[in-house]
Amino acid sequence: MSAFAALIVQTVAASIRAGGGALTGLLFFLTVVSVIPFGVGPDLNLLARIGPAVLWIGVLLSMLLGLDRLFGQDREDGGLELVIVSGESMPLFVLARACGYWLAHGLPIVLAAPVLGLILNLSPLALGAVTLTLLAGSPALAMIGAVGGALTAGLARGGMLAAILVLPLSVPVLIFGVAAVNGAIADPDPFLAPFLIMCAFTLFSAVLAPIAGAAALRLGLD
Amino acid sequence: MPLEDAFPPVRLAADDLACERGGRPIFHGLSFSLAGGEMLAVVGPNGAGKSSLLRVVAGLLSPSEGRVDLDTDGERETAMHLLAYGDGLRNVFTVKENLRLWSRLYGGAADDDAMHEALEEVGLGHAMHLAARALSTGQRRRAGLARLILSPRPIWLLDEPTSGLDKDGEAILGRMMAEHLASGGAILVATHLQLPVAPTHRLELQ
Repeated sequence: MSAFAALIVQTVAASIRAGGGALTGLLFFLTVVSVIPFGVGPDLNLLARIGPAVLWIGVLLSMLLGLDRLFGQDREDGGLELVIVSGESMPLFVLARACGYWLAHGLPIVLAAPVLGLILNLSPLALGAVTLTLLAGSPALAMIGAVGGALTAGLARGGMLAAILVLPLSVPVLIFGVAAVNGAIADPDPFLAPFLIMCAFTLFSAVLAPIAGAAALRLGLD
Repeated sequence: MPLEDAFPPVRLAADDLACERGGRPIFHGLSFSLAGGEMLAVVGPNGAGKSSLLRVVAGLLSPSEGRVDLDTDGERETAMHLLAYGDGLRNVFTVKENLRLWSRLYGGAADDDAMHEALEEVGLGHAMHLAARALSTGQRRRAGLARLILSPRPIWLLDEPTSGLDKDGEAILGRMMAEHLASGGAILVATHLQLPVAPTHRLELQ
C-alpha cells in the first residue's frame, strides 16, 4: 500500500473509531433534516420545494463538524512534524486527509440524503438529482473544509473558526448544487449547466485546496 | 570493512545559522559540520535553543539567517529521522497500526514480521497489539525507536532521546546509536543528560 492510500485509510479509521466524529456528523444530519418538517408544518408542496436546499444545507453543516480534528490531532501528537520530515509531499498529505474525510464524514451523509428526502416529500426524480449533485459536490466541501482545518489546526476550539472560514467559500458549491436539482425538477430551468459548474468547483478545489492547506500547515508550525 | 547495509556518504553542514522565535533571538552564528559515522551533541540548559536547532535542521523552522546544507548521494528529502517530544502515536490505534503508517510514509518495512522484530528489539514485543493510549512515556519513546529501526535513514535527529527511558531502554538506545554510526549514519542529538554513546563533537548553546 502506498503512503497516500495508508493515510486515507488512517483518516477513515480514526474518524470511525470511538470519538472520531463520523457518526456524530451523520446523526447531526439526520436530526437537522428531520426537524425541518416539524418547523415548516404539513404543507407538502412547500416541503417539496425547499427539500433539496434543506438536504444540501444539512450536508454542508454536518461536514463542518469534524474539521477541528482533521489536522488538530496531527498538531497535538507531533505527527505533522513526522510527516514533513518523512519527505512525503505536503499537498498530497492534505489531499489524502481530505479524501479520507470525505469517505468518513461525507459519503455516509450523502447516502442518507435520499432516505431523508422521503420525509421532505421529494419526488423520485428530485431524490435522484439531490443524490447525484451531492455525490459530485460534497468532495468540494471536504477539500474546502480541509483548508479551514489546516488553518485552525493549532488553535484550541478551532472548529468554530474553521466553520466560519469555510462556509463563505462553500456558498458557490451550494448555489450551483441546489440550482442543478431545481433544474432537474422544474422544466424551464437547465440542469446540466449548473451541474457542470459545480463539478468544475470540485475539480478546482481538489487542485487548489491541497496546496493552500499545505501552506497553512507549514505556516502554523513557525 | 564497510558494512553490508552501509549508508551512502552524507554530510550535514550549517553555516552561520541564526534562529528567531516570536521576534526573540534564540541563537545566532552557529556553524557545524557533521559527516557519516559522526555524532554531534548539542548541549545547553533548558531554553538554550537545542530543540529549535534540531527543528531548523529538520526543515520544520526556517532560520532567520544562514542555511543548512545536506550533501548526499541518496535522496535528500528522505534522509532524516526525527525523534522528539511529539511521537506521532495516535491513541486510538494499536502500536502496530501506528508503526505501519510511519513505515509506509518513511518507505520502511511494513510487514508483520519486520514490525514484530523491531518491537522485540526495543523491548515492546508484547505491546504490539496494545492501543497506544495504554503505553507509558518510556514505552512511547521505545515505539519511536522501533520507527527508526524499520526505516533506515542516514541522519538521525534526536531530541532528548534518553528522557523517559529506563536503564534497559538507555542500553537499547546506546546499542542502536552505535550500530547507526558504524553503518555510516550521522546523529545530531540535543540533550542535557548523559548519553549512552560518547559524541564525536560537542556544541555548547548558552
